[in-house]
Amino acid sequence: QVALLDIDICGPSVPRMMGLEGEQVHQSGSGWSPVYVEENLGVMSVGFLLSSPDDAVIWRGPKKNGLIKQFLRDVDWGEVDYLIIDTPPGTSDEHLSIVQYLSAARVDGAVIITTPQEVSLQDVRKEINFCRKVKLPIIGVVENMSGFICPKCKNESQIFPPTTGGAEKMCQNLNISLLGKVPLDPQIGKSCDQGQSFLAEVPESPATSSYQSIIQRIQEYCDLQHSQEEKTV
Amino acid sequence: AERSNLAGVQHVLLVLSGKGGVGKSTVATELALALRLAGKRVGILDVDLCGPSIPRMFRVQDSAVHQCDSGWVPVFAHQDKSISLMSIGFLLEKPDDAVVWRGPKKNALIKQFVSDVAWGELDFLIVDTPPGTSDEHISTVEALRPHKPLGAILVTTPQAVSVGDVRRELTFCKKTGLRVLGIIENMSGFICPHCSECTNIFSKGGGEELAKHAGVPFLGSVPLDPQLSQSLEDGRDFIQEFPKSSAFPALAHIAQQILDGTSPRSS
Repeated sequence: QVALLDIDICGPSVPRMMGLEGEQVHQSGSGWSPVYVEENLGVMSVGFLLSSPDDAVIWRGPKKNGLIKQFLRDVDWGEVDYLIIDTPPGTSDEHLSIVQYLSAARVDGAVIITTPQEVSLQDVRKEINFCRKVKLPIIGVVENMSGFICPKCKNESQIFPPTTGGAEKMCQNLNISLLGKVPLDPQIGKSCDQGQSFLAEVPESPATSSYQSIIQRIQEYCDLQHSQEEKTV
Repeated sequence: AERSNLAGVQHVLLVLSGKGGVGKSTVATELALALRLAGKRVGILDVDLCGPSIPRMFRVQDSAVHQCDSGWVPVFAHQDKSISLMSIGFLLEKPDDAVVWRGPKKNALIKQFVSDVAWGELDFLIVDTPPGTSDEHISTVEALRPHKPLGAILVTTPQAVSVGDVRRELTFCKKTGLRVLGIIENMSGFICPHCSECTNIFSKGGGEELAKHAGVPFLGSVPLDPQLSQSLEDGRDFIQEFPKSSAFPALAHIAQQILDGTSPRSS
């Protein structure tokens, strides 16, 4: 049972990616109802609260924090195995608030996404420092857009070159797990635009096996945390 | 009253996007380099406080900011002082230090950046922003308003997921009275250096369609160009050093349109 919470208040991408554009949130006695993609996949996003695709959420920090609190407090998620939270880039209000509001819950950790170039890594190191500052465990790093194989000649191009060793070197230096590398595949963007599951649509893509191996490692991490906790209890 | 630090700035351009990772800092950097090559004096104000990319893109990430009588001296990216920069990147003790600030603290620094940097005489001040429509954007526009910002350039990648956020940024511009100079469709296609096959890795056309739909100028499509990415990594001047590279024509054309749109002859 999976819940996906989108706290990118200014740029909510999740509804479209899940094929849920135009859906609205319903209220019931037990709170806000998530919008379900499948019976076992519920989604919440500010995107569902906006009436037009042109509506802008021009809010300063405190108002954004208020909505994030509501998302956590008022959404009737039910029994959930995994709550996944999508965040905007940065180390600011949304990030501080989500960590604060979840402090009473047990957060397994953060998955950090980067692309291979130093311009991206230099920001990601800051994100890693943020996690350490707020004592948010880091499950690992994913290197996205990691190389492109031309569909015609099958040669690989490093469109975003790992000039300083990419995520691999950074993870080595910082003693963090590299969960995997996902290559560029035009089908990923296409599936997201069409609100379809890339994993289901393009099972033969090398990106699919990358995603699956990353997901497996995340699950293993979470299972390990659980069993360790049970031992201490 | 003291002469404002922005009194000598002719045009202010904000580079905006609703979406992260689409190439705002890249566009800001390349536009600055192209305008400089056209003989203009350019400044870049980097208000992405959590993820400041500008210093490295000019290979001045180790520079420090000094004070003078009129305020902070911007960091010069070239010996000839044709490009001046201000970024929180220059103020960090260590490059990996995270700026974990809530809105009010970010707003205070942005106000300082706008009023306390001694820009001197500039033809263009380009403002690089983080993605979104929040504190940094509201504060930057508010602080710049007395100085009549020229307008905004919006950057998107071609896919619907990106365009979907940039539509909201257009609304931000409308609501805050920012004139939209145009939309750039970045990462628009990739030409394989081995076989010249073009692949639309991030789809194609979404930026152009958005411009048409919104009734704003379409400034052009910039293809994915590994040489451009490499230049940015190395802090090199792509515009001067790689005029034959695939992204050059589009970037040069964008700069030309900005120059044409801001020349004294145009209204």
